[in-house]
Amino acid sequence: MLLGHRTWSFENKPVIISTGTVGGPFEANGNIANDFDILHEDMWVNQDSFEKSQQKMMEEAAQAAVKKSTIEKEQVDFFISGDLINQITPSSFAAKTIDVPYLGLFSACATSMESLGLAAFLINGDGANYVLSGASSHNAATEKQFRYPTEYGGQKPPTAQWTVTGAGCALLAKQGPGPVVTSATMGKVVDKGLTDPFNMGGAMAPAAVDTIETHFKERGVEPSYYDLIITGDLGHIGREVSLELLQKRGLDITSKQYVDCGLTIYREGQPVLAGASGAACSAIVTYGHFLNLMRKGEITRILVVATGSLHSQLSIQQGDPIPCIAHAVSIESGSDVS
Amino acid sequence: MADKKKKNLPPDAQNYQKFQQQREVKRPLLKNCLKAFFIGGLICLIGQVITTFYIYFFHFTEQTAGNPTTATLIFITMLLTGFGIYDRFGQFAGAGTAVPVTGFGNAVIASAIEYRTEGFILGVGSNMLKLAGPVIVYGVFSAFVVALIKTILIKWGGL
Repeated sequence: MLLGHRTWSFENKPVIISTGTVGGPFEANGNIANDFDILHEDMWVNQDSFEKSQQKMMEEAAQAAVKKSTIEKEQVDFFISGDLINQITPSSFAAKTIDVPYLGLFSACATSMESLGLAAFLINGDGANYVLSGASSHNAATEKQFRYPTEYGGQKPPTAQWTVTGAGCALLAKQGPGPVVTSATMGKVVDKGLTDPFNMGGAMAPAAVDTIETHFKERGVEPSYYDLIITGDLGHIGREVSLELLQKRGLDITSKQYVDCGLTIYREGQPVLAGASGAACSAIVTYGHFLNLMRKGEITRILVVATGSLHSQLSIQQGDPIPCIAHAVSIESGSDVS
Repeated sequence: MADKKKKNLPPDAQNYQKFQQQREVKRPLLKNCLKAFFIGGLICLIGQVITTFYIYFFHFTEQTAGNPTTATLIFITMLLTGFGIYDRFGQFAGAGTAVPVTGFGNAVIASAIEYRTEGFILGVGSNMLKLAGPVIVYGVFSAFVVALIKTILIKWGGL
């Protein structure tokens, strides 16, 4: 059901029956290593290119999600996924292996929640029985495409962020045990004219603020309704800026309640500057870490706001500002809480 | 030009940029300069040691020892880049590792390694100078301009 202009509420209660999360060596060394299904010691994942290793991780995440559920792969109706690489080849090539009908998406790092929102919409509207929804990114493949070669010794400013290597996948169904997707607010493209690709948190913060504000208005709930409001990859600067803006606009969000996936995934002391980023960041941390907390009963209602900056290397070189987007999905604990 | 662009932005975007800039973590300029000075100086010191080594043991002169010294430094850079150490070093030292010839070497070698997956011709061959290319282009061009000025001054300026 549409609430307002861009919020869906899912009254048929689509359930996340299982998830699959895959991480790389840097993630294995991080803060939430125990929340991963598969961790790789090698950035290459035994493949001969970084792009192929990203594809491999996406396949593994999807397979892990299906394996942990009670259904067979053949029962999956759609695979909805996206990533940051040109023409989203890792997702599309993974879809070839997974061999189920595929919808490819691109919202940069906001892809994870765009795909979860659409998957829930499909199931809620009787368009599918089982949907796999995922996102992936690879540090070296992303650096290569958007910035400099991996081994190049250029100094990054303190506002730069570290792209996560990994893939996260959620399997949604009409019913079953697991957290319930209750609503989604789709974002608008927000452009405040920022042009620095080494400060994406600052560029993405207004998009997050816009989506969060709209979500509360259209869904008609107060911020205290959620235990946690989880942003995708705003990092230190984006988190601080967006929280201050939200509070300025009269939303009563506490600092404790407002967490960022990009600040959760790595340990203090890992050289990630302003925090983590990447399409896999919000996917892994939500599907791994936060849904595990929900299963344990430590949290019951969360709003995940994945943020993405929609620039390309070409647009940056041509001097265009960085347009950003944020998609929000609310997840609430279901019947499986212990 | 950046300022001109900024003026064309709607006021709320300008306000946001101001707001954001106040909260942005700035580059620690003084600290970076000091680090660059000492690390850059250290690399030059190593270069000087190598030069002296070539002069004393291989009978190079001060003029001819430059090339083997540069080659040696680039060779060391190649190893450090290949083992994945140079980029961490670069994050710490900034301009200290970028300005000396080692920075140039790193830019070429890092690109060559990175594009190996696209093959030797279209990958390594066409991308090797992706980062270092501009340095060569504008280095040669500015050398040409300086040489032109020098020639004019000597021929007609009476120097």
